[in-house]
Amino acid sequence: MQTLLQQIINGLVVGSVYAVVALGYTMVYGILGLINFAHGDVLMVGALVAYTAITFFQAAIPGLSPIVYFALGLMVAMPACMVIGYTIERTAYRRLRNAPRLAPLITAIGVSFLLQTLAMIIWGRNYHSFPQLIQTAPIEVVTGVFMTPVQMTTVGLSAAMMVGLVLLVTRTNMGRAMRATAENHRVASLMGVDTNGIIALTFIIGSALAAVAGVMIASNYGVAHYSMGFMPGLKAFTAAVLGGIGNLAGAMVGGIVLGLVEAIGAGYIETWSGGWLNSSYQDIFAFIILGIVLIFRPTGLLGERVADRA
Amino acid sequence: MNDISQAIPFLGKRNPKAALFALVVIALVSPVVAAMFGNTWVRILNFAMLYILLSIGLNLVVGFAGLLDLGYIAFYAVGAYTWAFLASPHFGLHLPFWIVLPLGAGFAALAGIALGFPTLRLRGDYLAIVTLGFGEIVRIFMNNLTHPVNITNGPQGIDQIDGMSLFGLDLNRGLQITEGFQVKSLFLYYYVFLAFVVLAVILVKRIQVSRIGRAWAAIRDDELAAKAIGINTRNLKLLAFAMGATFGGVSGGLFGAFQGFVSPESFTLMESIAILTMIVFGGMGNLAGVIVGALALSFLPEVLRYIALPVQMAIFGKVFLDPEVLRMLLLSLAMILMMLLKPAGLVPAQSRYSKADLLGDKEIAQ
Repeated sequence: MQTLLQQIINGLVVGSVYAVVALGYTMVYGILGLINFAHGDVLMVGALVAYTAITFFQAAIPGLSPIVYFALGLMVAMPACMVIGYTIERTAYRRLRNAPRLAPLITAIGVSFLLQTLAMIIWGRNYHSFPQLIQTAPIEVVTGVFMTPVQMTTVGLSAAMMVGLVLLVTRTNMGRAMRATAENHRVASLMGVDTNGIIALTFIIGSALAAVAGVMIASNYGVAHYSMGFMPGLKAFTAAVLGGIGNLAGAMVGGIVLGLVEAIGAGYIETWSGGWLNSSYQDIFAFIILGIVLIFRPTGLLGERVADRA
Repeated sequence: MNDISQAIPFLGKRNPKAALFALVVIALVSPVVAAMFGNTWVRILNFAMLYILLSIGLNLVVGFAGLLDLGYIAFYAVGAYTWAFLASPHFGLHLPFWIVLPLGAGFAALAGIALGFPTLRLRGDYLAIVTLGFGEIVRIFMNNLTHPVNITNGPQGIDQIDGMSLFGLDLNRGLQITEGFQVKSLFLYYYVFLAFVVLAVILVKRIQVSRIGRAWAAIRDDELAAKAIGINTRNLKLLAFAMGATFGGVSGGLFGAFQGFVSPESFTLMESIAILTMIVFGGMGNLAGVIVGALALSFLPEVLRYIALPVQMAIFGKVFLDPEVLRMLLLSLAMILMMLLKPAGLVPAQSRYSKADLLGDKEIAQ
């Protein structure tokens, strides 16, 4: 029972990060119908920029509280990723908006690998140990079940960002413009919405969320390196599809569900398979879920959009 | 075979026959020329042949049928591991070429169908992600299937794989023609690979102009319309997956035999992307383009390796961009820039699909 509870908590932590990244995928998909393959790599850039910024500030202004360094790292990483997100949209995707459907996808894959390569050139191939600025000593929440302050921060920050995004999309004029653009570009622009601006804004917001997610992943695992964005990116995409791509609430639900399935699966796979499989197969769950969802319910748990849109 | 001659610029359009002749000569002589620069280059040439085979196979799926497959390398892995299991000391089996290669191709085709079946209804971008996931699953299994029974030997891979032996000729030993003259193993492999490439080109040319090829083109251009005119889209998509996978399986087998060693490291997502880039770079859906792309992108990184490293050493006194980084940089830039500037590739495919156009045969045209 305690194992199960522990795995549920771990799953919630991972799932909340997936949810934040999935929001980025789902927003771009909702507006452009494009899978932004490079989204996972924006997350990686966020983590590495934060790493550099934190080590810089620690050397330049020593003696501050660790939380301040953490906040400084986030404050540098978020604008950096926003700039990258905007640049990607402007240079790689905008010109292909009316191209045949494979073209933007192939460009997106190219952008993803370009970001990885550039990160490899700037930060090298090594794993950088990410400064542990928030306590990592586990706290006993219930008897025998532990949670570290980093994990608590992760869940808290994710929740805050999700609420913020939902408010932005549902309660502001900007959000209304975004929803209108997602509904129909042409009509939205006839109504006076600057659709190009809104699309760029979507990328910028998504990238800022990815930056925070990247910093949280790096803080949880204590490392940052050039290919760290690939798996979370893929899983967050799975989460977005699971919840119903294009749907904000779906991305959150999908992220949490995927995190739970993965954590519980990883905890029990060895017993279930009689020792044949172990937790190194953890990454398979996301793909299996993705396959099952796409075959049996391509619209996802909450989605109304049709996947088979030829 | 006219459009293959397009692989040679300028001459290919004006005098296809001469270009084709030139192509044959180049194909036959190139290992000798490469050997003048050292045996490394012959090896690179051999790998280039494998990349051509892979690109031709992936082109069937992506270029002809329009199904974006990002896990193509998994079929290559299936072929290579089949060879490694059946012809190495790992399980103590040493089956001959004529059994192992068809088996590898068959397993790969089965894997292709297994992947194709659940993904039939998916549109382009979902399909890409699912195939990518498939490739990753295969890699995870290769890395971890070591206990309770050691099947794949994990990240260490399997070594001491048997070479190829054809008609009693062991390709690993080389061919002793006279006392003083020996055809080296590397060359033998080159010509065997070349034979496979030629076979593949002829086969694919014939498929492209057949009912199947035209049906694929119809599915690629408009699936709904294709269905409406009575094309069995399900079976044809499955066929595309299976055939593409077969090419992957065969080249994987050749790779295993040539390299003598397989490990999960050779079958990363990066390789799938590299093959995709070759197709995009050369010209999706066009055989000549695909061959040009595969050759260009297997040689450019190697040339860069020999030029960029000394240049960096001379200017900065140390190496900033190592060869692997250069390769990734080249591939990713090639992919982005081609899509933005010249989406049809270096040698664009013809948009018309009549038999006469493709064969360039005047008699049929009249």
